[in-house]
Amino acid sequence: MSLIQVVDLSHSYGDRKVLKGLNFSIARGEVFGLIGPTGAGKTTLLRIVDLLEIPGGGEVYFDGDRIPRSGKQRLELRRRMSFIHQKPQVFNLTVYDNIACGLNWRGEKRNRIAEKVDHILETVGLEGYKKRNARTLSGGEAQRVALARSLVLEPEVLLLDEPTANLDPISTAKVEQLISYVARQHNTTMIMSTHDMSQGQQLADRIGVLLDGRLVQTGKVNDIFHAPQNDEVARFVGIENILEGVVIANNDGIATVDIDGNAIQVISDYPLGKEASVCLRPEDITLLIADSCQQTAVRSSARNSFRARVSRITTVGPLSRVEMDCGFRLVALVTRISAEELDLQVDREVYAAFKATAVHLVEKGIGR
Amino acid sequence: MTELWDGFTRAVQLLISFDPEVMEIAGRSLGISGTACLLASLICIPLGSLVHFHHFRGKRVLVNIIQTLFSVPTVVVGLFLLVLLSRAGPLGDLGILFTPPAMVVGQILLITPLLLGFTISALSGVSREITDTATSLGASRFQAIWLVLKEARYAVLAAVIMGFARAISEVGCALMVGGNIRGATRVITTVISLEAGKGNIELSIALGIILLLLALVINIVLNRLQQRQ
Repeated sequence: MSLIQVVDLSHSYGDRKVLKGLNFSIARGEVFGLIGPTGAGKTTLLRIVDLLEIPGGGEVYFDGDRIPRSGKQRLELRRRMSFIHQKPQVFNLTVYDNIACGLNWRGEKRNRIAEKVDHILETVGLEGYKKRNARTLSGGEAQRVALARSLVLEPEVLLLDEPTANLDPISTAKVEQLISYVARQHNTTMIMSTHDMSQGQQLADRIGVLLDGRLVQTGKVNDIFHAPQNDEVARFVGIENILEGVVIANNDGIATVDIDGNAIQVISDYPLGKEASVCLRPEDITLLIADSCQQTAVRSSARNSFRARVSRITTVGPLSRVEMDCGFRLVALVTRISAEELDLQVDREVYAAFKATAVHLVEKGIGR
Repeated sequence: MTELWDGFTRAVQLLISFDPEVMEIAGRSLGISGTACLLASLICIPLGSLVHFHHFRGKRVLVNIIQTLFSVPTVVVGLFLLVLLSRAGPLGDLGILFTPPAMVVGQILLITPLLLGFTISALSGVSREITDTATSLGASRFQAIWLVLKEARYAVLAAVIMGFARAISEVGCALMVGGNIRGATRVITTVISLEAGKGNIELSIALGIILLLLALVINIVLNRLQQRQ
């Protein structure tokens, strides 16, 4: 049975609808990633699950029981969870007192608290910080204190709201490490919101895409990243090439899509005449030099090959991002070495080739 | 000018020699205002928390009224209390007019708006997220409020100090409901205002210095407390 079940949940702030009829459930021990842009309603959803806010409509079930809208039971339920807020809010107390807070409030014995706090300080690597005022810590340290303060309570459910949003890469890595350690060691159920795709990919078992208050797609990490349900999700998970077109032919599951007069072949069962968006990851495009390409294109199994003019090249870490014009705009990612080998330059003519299986056809989003 | 200088040297003498009358007056001032401030704090800090943490209609209006009452003239409070406590008044049977308890009550009334208003604003200075964080860490309503009060402790302390300062420096109310009776209700400010006219310049100046010294001591203590953090 699922530990948390959300049924038809909606919420508004004044006239603004923030959540619009959400339905999902989370199993015990599962790490659920909630991705979506800023303002999509991630924080509101987490606040409702943490019982900080009373939903405008719908219900949340915790461990089979409906969460009441008032009464003492809310405190008891809340004490089984813990919420790490986006901006770490440490109290103007010592690190020790910060971490001991939740245990104090639960009426734990003094010496038990001391034991637990010492242990958790070691886990998060802040042993020497006990007597420091928490307000004097750096952002990364403060977030670790906030994490320790929650973890020391050994919650059944850990809610994390963009836990690394304001941190540098090293602190981010530390916090991510801690999160996955806790998930594995204590089998803690987690809901973690993030706008960082790779973080979602790395830490979550399952992902929900929240766009404009709607849970647009939920599924295994790979499904979301490789088979987004519509072009909004595709855009959000970082598929750079999204081209609008119409299916003009379909022969045994190989559809031909017309994009401004260019035909792209796609593995899809979309019927003739259907409007759809073509999604193509930039790393799935192969670039070939114009003069030698005809044969190469034939030899490679790529069904799609377009003559293109390079319009811009930028360096992204070890990769080169190549923008091209081939009747429509296309972006490809190639390693820097192959970019050098191909002698890529602005205005140079190349062939962009990609397989029919690399292309994913999706419906247009609701909001368009 | 020489009068002032003579008064000043005489005042220093009075202070150094621990003149019994000066000490008695200063002690009474401290006692009355201290008691008033303590009682007012006990009322206003919980009441201020209550106002801050509850949402109700007319809250803004209430806060506006409280802030307006910051500047209520001390004599008006004194007059109000005089009418209440006078023999013919509704609380005349208490028989506390022209006694220190009446002065304590007067000063409580006087500084309650100040303490209330500044407690509310001290709590408003603590971000909403602190309350939320405490709540999601499992604090009950009371525990969360207590934590927020702790977060705002310096601002709340400043409110208390300000209340005390207004209490010990006011003269109108103390004069009206105290009466400046020698050996009974004479406090620093009433002496300064009335005795100076009778030529007792030295005593007045000495007490003025004491008042400022008290303020200095309190400030030093407050600064120490803040620096310790």
